[in-house]
Amino acid sequence: MEPPGLNHWLVVSAMLFCIGAAGVVLRRNLLVVLMSLEIMLNAANLALVAFSRYGNGLDGQIFVFFVITVAAAEVAVGLAILVALYRLCGTVRVSDIATLKL
Amino acid sequence: MGHAFLLLLPLTAFAVGGLFLRRRHALAATVSTASALASAAWATWLAWAKADPAAGAVWLDAGGFTVVFRLEWDALARLMAAVVTWVGAAIHVYSWGYMRGDPGTGRFFAFLSLFMFSMLGIVLAGNLVMMYVFWELVGLSSYLLIGFWHERASAADAGKKAFIVNKLGDFGFLLGILVVWTVLGTVDFLDLQAAAPTFRDRLAASPLGFLPLGAVALLLFCGAVGKSAQFPLHVWLPDAMEGPTPVSALIHAATMVAAGVYMLCRLFFLFALSPVALEAIAWTGGLTALLAALWTVAQDDIKRVLAYSTLSQLGYMVMAVGLASPHAAMFHLSTHAAFKALLFLGAGSVIVALHHEQDLWRMGGLWNRMRWTSVAFLVGMLALCGVPFFAGAASKDGILLVALRENRALFALGAFTALLTSLYMGRLFVAAFLGAPRGEAAARATENGWVMKGPLAVLALFSFAFAWRGGWAHDCLATLVGAPMEHAPAVVHAFFILIPLCGLLGAWALYREKPTDALGQLFPGLRRALASKFLFDEFYLWLVRGVQERFAAFLRGVDQWGVDGLGVRGVSLAAFCLGNVLRCFHSGSLQFYGFLLGLATAALLIFGVLR
Repeated sequence: MEPPGLNHWLVVSAMLFCIGAAGVVLRRNLLVVLMSLEIMLNAANLALVAFSRYGNGLDGQIFVFFVITVAAAEVAVGLAILVALYRLCGTVRVSDIATLKL
Repeated sequence: MGHAFLLLLPLTAFAVGGLFLRRRHALAATVSTASALASAAWATWLAWAKADPAAGAVWLDAGGFTVVFRLEWDALARLMAAVVTWVGAAIHVYSWGYMRGDPGTGRFFAFLSLFMFSMLGIVLAGNLVMMYVFWELVGLSSYLLIGFWHERASAADAGKKAFIVNKLGDFGFLLGILVVWTVLGTVDFLDLQAAAPTFRDRLAASPLGFLPLGAVALLLFCGAVGKSAQFPLHVWLPDAMEGPTPVSALIHAATMVAAGVYMLCRLFFLFALSPVALEAIAWTGGLTALLAALWTVAQDDIKRVLAYSTLSQLGYMVMAVGLASPHAAMFHLSTHAAFKALLFLGAGSVIVALHHEQDLWRMGGLWNRMRWTSVAFLVGMLALCGVPFFAGAASKDGILLVALRENRALFALGAFTALLTSLYMGRLFVAAFLGAPRGEAAARATENGWVMKGPLAVLALFSFAFAWRGGWAHDCLATLVGAPMEHAPAVVHAFFILIPLCGLLGAWALYREKPTDALGQLFPGLRRALASKFLFDEFYLWLVRGVQERFAAFLRGVDQWGVDGLGVRGVSLAAFCLGNVLRCFHSGSLQFYGFLLGLATAALLIFGVLR
């Protein structure tokens, strides 16, 4: 069996991205939506690392570190909003929180 | 020096009277009359001394457009200022008697002063812009004074009519001023006169080169057509008789309506460039003179008889300008101002004595009851008819002599008009003053007080003073007008004496001791035709109601359905619908937003990057 190439990694990355996107759009629990968001970010990370590995450059990997950092910060902010939202509305079900309109 | 006082005196009287003295009638009348008398005295002194006015001050300066506030004091202005101030002063005094007891006396005198200010402004204006400003101001004061008794609907309507009809003419005048300024680059009369010989070439070279020279002259002439009530804009003047009689005398007989003629004389150097325009002006004047004289014969209201007669005489003046004799026009203007003001004041005296009865056929027999007024009226009438030794004879014959030299057809027309003039004036005199009283009021009429008799005497003197060739007043006037009067062979003079005699004797024979209009009984159809004034009013009414208002309704439809409906409301409706559609996407669901965001990103990628 031949070793996996760039395309394999990209396919996996795309699958992860789609799973994450589906989670963001379809899941009702805001916590899970946040986790799905992380999956999407990691799908992007995977693609970047794959490009870096097969493109003979370190740029992609450096970029991934930044993404991980930003993702950590984003999770911290997201969870804080989540807690605040729960205190405000008493729920974390996305379908119940539909006040984001005029 | 000090010419500005001529403007400042009445302006101050207007400001003081209008602002503070509207309820203090006697004081307002005193202030206004004092200002009129003072301007008369001052104008006379300035004319006597031939004082030169101060150099003008820059009034407007915008780009290449400079207007210098400069007062003109040449022979023309001197003559006109003397006429305006003296007739004005006499009429101010007379108004004391005429307006006694009227609750609006204070307002009346304030407006009268406003008129004096505006009229003297026209006379003294040193450029076209100043003249136009004051031109509109006399229109305003005329409107205010015609509608002075505004609680009467007919007076309010007459004021509006005068204002609107005048606007038609003023619009042409304004266009003419703009063309002159565009072509010559100046509005000052002296500069214009200097540049006039080059007008034709510069007009051809200017962006307005497509305009013929005559058209420019006729545009300017439009102003005179409106202000001097020439055919076809003559319809406002008879209705203007709704105003108080002193107003009719001052504004609608002696001075304001003559402003058009004054303007023609002032700008004669421009009109003289175009023989075609002069021809048109002469025929307009002649036609007005004839038509108005014809209509007068069928009028029964004493003031309307005089109003149509004024139209007719203004026609003479315009005709004289058209025949290239502005001095003849100005001469007739001056004498006409005196005797027509006299006639109006006499009529006003009769109207007051008869408690505002104006129907000729309910008067009669006033010769015995109001001797002073009757004699004054007789003097005015003889002057108007052109009987020798009265003012009108010299001036009207002057115009007819010019016509005889220049244009035989117009001479015949003018001579026939003169015959009609003496006919209708004889009719008026016979009906109102002779015979037996035909009404309750006429039988008990009494002469008015000195306040009204005095001005009559003064104006009668004026109507007499310009008497015959060689008289000192005539010479004085001739020097003011700036050109010698014509001399004619004896046979022509005999003809001129014959005309008024025929007219007056005809009137005497026709109307003596008749209780109603004898001509109307003899020829009812003719009287009906003349009394209809050839349906000009009805035609204009149809033009306004039938054509203009329908066109306006059509334009309103275009505005309502086209501009508003499709344009403004269409745009708003489109935005409204689009907004409603977009609102469906605005569910408030976070995940739906995310989905749309992803979709949009994907779409951008597909269409933007991959393609």
